[in-house]
Amino acid sequence: MSRDMSYSGVMSRRNEIMKRAVGIDYDKFEGIGIAFDYEKMMRETGYTLEEMKRIQGSTGVGNTPLLELRNLTNLARKFSDEGKGARIFIKDEAANPSGSFKARRAANAVYHAKKHGYKGVIAATSGNYGAAVASQAAIHGLKCIIVQECYDSRGVGQPEIIEKARKCEAYGAEVVQLTVGPELFYTFLRLLEETGYFNASLYTPFGIAGVETLGYELSMEVREREGRDPDVVVCTNAGGGNLTGTARGLIKAGADNTLVVGASVNLKGLHMASDEQFNKKSFTTGHTGFGIPFATWPDRSDVPRSAARPLRYMDRYVTVNQGEVFYMTETLAQLEGLERGPAGNTSLAAAFSLAQELDEEKIIIVQETEYTGAGKHIQPQLSFARQNGIEIKFGDPREEIPGKTIILPEHPRLIKAIDLDLNKIRRSYIKNCLEINNINKVSEEDLEFLAVDTKSDIESVSRIIEELNINKL
Amino acid sequence: MRAKQGDWVNIYNTVLKPEERAPQVPQDTKKVSLETWVKGFIQHDAEIGDEVTIETITGRKVVGKLVEVNPSYSHSFGNTVPEVFKIGLQLKEILFGGEDHE
Repeated sequence: MSRDMSYSGVMSRRNEIMKRAVGIDYDKFEGIGIAFDYEKMMRETGYTLEEMKRIQGSTGVGNTPLLELRNLTNLARKFSDEGKGARIFIKDEAANPSGSFKARRAANAVYHAKKHGYKGVIAATSGNYGAAVASQAAIHGLKCIIVQECYDSRGVGQPEIIEKARKCEAYGAEVVQLTVGPELFYTFLRLLEETGYFNASLYTPFGIAGVETLGYELSMEVREREGRDPDVVVCTNAGGGNLTGTARGLIKAGADNTLVVGASVNLKGLHMASDEQFNKKSFTTGHTGFGIPFATWPDRSDVPRSAARPLRYMDRYVTVNQGEVFYMTETLAQLEGLERGPAGNTSLAAAFSLAQELDEEKIIIVQETEYTGAGKHIQPQLSFARQNGIEIKFGDPREEIPGKTIILPEHPRLIKAIDLDLNKIRRSYIKNCLEINNINKVSEEDLEFLAVDTKSDIESVSRIIEELNINKL
Repeated sequence: MRAKQGDWVNIYNTVLKPEERAPQVPQDTKKVSLETWVKGFIQHDAEIGDEVTIETITGRKVVGKLVEVNPSYSHSFGNTVPEVFKIGLQLKEILFGGEDHE
């Protein structure tokens, strides 16, 4: 009997394909309404911190250098009020085997796949995660397929993504490339069904828990060197996993007073599934086009319940513009002698601005860097933008219009992290929870869940729900 | 161009035609097909444009239209954007104060 391989046919088998490809019965953690037991899911399906350190350590992942950026700190102090200008440190995650912090996520996922007898792993990603999964699969002797959204309908690919494809192939992976569109998921499901491989999703408990070691490590390192916890940790935010895992690691280290700040590149106005706009952006990850939708509806991912829940851990959420991130990428090279990839420097640009608000004895951590190279570098990314009709100039970065201009700050004092209204984002998440679950009456359990899942309180959640005209049970 | 059995090639498939695209897709994307490419070793001699079978690096057999023989990486550091060179000069001037440190 032949299976229905049409779009609707495959999509209707989504749950059974996923269950086999992830090996988690998500129903076990579900409540009746909106709520589900997140901590139980993380506990029963993830790994302990000690296990993760061992798993990652055995493949050379983790224990990356924590570097103090003294010149950058001095530069920030030039524009700070007297006594302000926190010390800026960076966790050089580019030192991981595949060149980014994603190695931590992949190490756990691929270890888990191997342990459970899968012959291969598949991941849908156009980011550094592909190379991370491919690298880990190489170590464990598993086959690997990476599914990438790469080209527009003219067949023009983002240089950054093409480079990532090359890197996956360098580790022995098969790379399936597609044009723009969310139906990539259909190809992904077909491949899972055809091969029986493990879905090394970015959003499983294994993947997210893998980042906990990053938060834990940096907290321990700062304590050892400075005798205290970091004051602020800035995480580049897209799907939310980086921030979630890091924050959980900080909590496990007991760094309860450390503020966790999310930072995304501002791509306001560009539609992520638009064929025409695909090559008008100069960042393919770490931007608001992923950051906002995943914060306001984390369960949009490729697993039924995402383990990445950024609103649960975020104290502040800021944006920086493309021109500012490129400028900071060049600054890191020119003042600190560290040539790294642009996307990973989103949180660096934010930290440079945030440091100026903080007292000078405070410590602010940028928790990642990523590798750089052909295609994935300030020069080719700006060159590609110029070819696509984007105007590049020096000026006030606040005047940048995504898709039309990239404005490099004419002076570094113009670099400013702009706060997003977290309450607005929380409200939008709660609204999505009610609408998507088709909830008319909210139970006490749901209220408690929403309060924790938005890092707020029952009163605030209740007020939002009242405003949304829903009757409380 | 001709591909010989065993050559490393790139093949093409249309996944969804414009009318088959998902409802949530924006209008401009709905006007075009969802397309895919995958590379592998070709199983038989063929011409560009032929429907061919390849074996991918993971051992999958995939059928599709032959579009490229010996596909190569051509991404680079792009055409130099000279503005970038001004950034370091400005930063050093602000931080170290120019001539004193030359």
